[in-house]
Amino acid sequence: MFIMNYLTGKYQFKTITLAFKATTPVLFGYLAIGIAFGLLLKDAGYPWLVALFMSIIVYAGAAQFLAVSFFANNLPFFEVATITFLVNFRHMLYGLSLFDKFNQTGRLKPYMIFALTDETYALLTTTKDPAGVNAPRFYFYIALLNHFYWVAGSAIGAIAGNFITINTTGLDFALTALFIVLLLEQLKSYKTRIPFLIGGTCAILAIFFIGKSNMLLAAVISSICIMLVLEKRIVENESN
Amino acid sequence: MSLTNVVIAIGIMAFITFLTRVFPFLFFRKGEPPQIILFIGKFIPPTLITILVIYCLKDIPLGTLPYGFNELLAVLMVIALHLRFGNPLISIFGATLVYMFLIQSNLISRLFS
Repeated sequence: MFIMNYLTGKYQFKTITLAFKATTPVLFGYLAIGIAFGLLLKDAGYPWLVALFMSIIVYAGAAQFLAVSFFANNLPFFEVATITFLVNFRHMLYGLSLFDKFNQTGRLKPYMIFALTDETYALLTTTKDPAGVNAPRFYFYIALLNHFYWVAGSAIGAIAGNFITINTTGLDFALTALFIVLLLEQLKSYKTRIPFLIGGTCAILAIFFIGKSNMLLAAVISSICIMLVLEKRIVENESN
Repeated sequence: MSLTNVVIAIGIMAFITFLTRVFPFLFFRKGEPPQIILFIGKFIPPTLITILVIYCLKDIPLGTLPYGFNELLAVLMVIALHLRFGNPLISIFGATLVYMFLIQSNLISRLFS
């Protein structure tokens, strides 16, 4: 029976259905943010295929949103690389809790690593393996479906940008709003305020001394240096 | 940026993003990652996000009408919506719609002049 189901694809279908159910909360979020990203990139003057291509091969929400502003400001490649690295630095810790699960996925493992976004990480580390299906396949479909929602959203947004005749002036505020939301969430999850103060001070000083167009890298590098000097204080402050 | 440069930048971003994701699988196989990675990994997000918020707000023209009031109202809107509903989608899209309305209708400038 089991083998018959597998051969007829019923078994596979069940796994996909379960993965779809597990990923529905991500579906709406990725579609909506993806559409906003596609619209923004289209608005910046690039063909819709660029949005599609970027969402397929980069697949990192915050970094992609930022990139639209980087493209518009003609930021040097080195700076694009550094900021992308730092924005995605948190991923370096995600893999730690997924060694066992990913080792079961065999030849799909490279894809699982590639597709490890915040939301996929959250689902994979909190969802219980459903009974009666192949667990690694289930993990794979979770990752694949999330990736698909993101790519679909970006393509819809970018293509819609061709047909929408409404005035999109001010749409770029979505980027600012996204980062303010992230800031509010972080203010909630950290007890210490030192990292926020260091980042804010360095950013403002960088604008004054180096100028608006080059402030980003200077602010990031100086604040990391100060954080490393104050490491002990920050860790103590967070745990008190 | 020209289309060619954008495609190159996307390639660079794809490579770097994958690098951060594959890093623990390549280097942290045995035991805990180094202390410094744990420290930066934990405390870089609040620092970086603060910098990015200021980066996003740096080009607001404060010297001329409407003196940055559109942006101020939109920022307050994000905060208010987020504290009230706690749903990122409502906060982001709600405030963006309000901002688009403010900037397209030029409402604040009209009130001032």
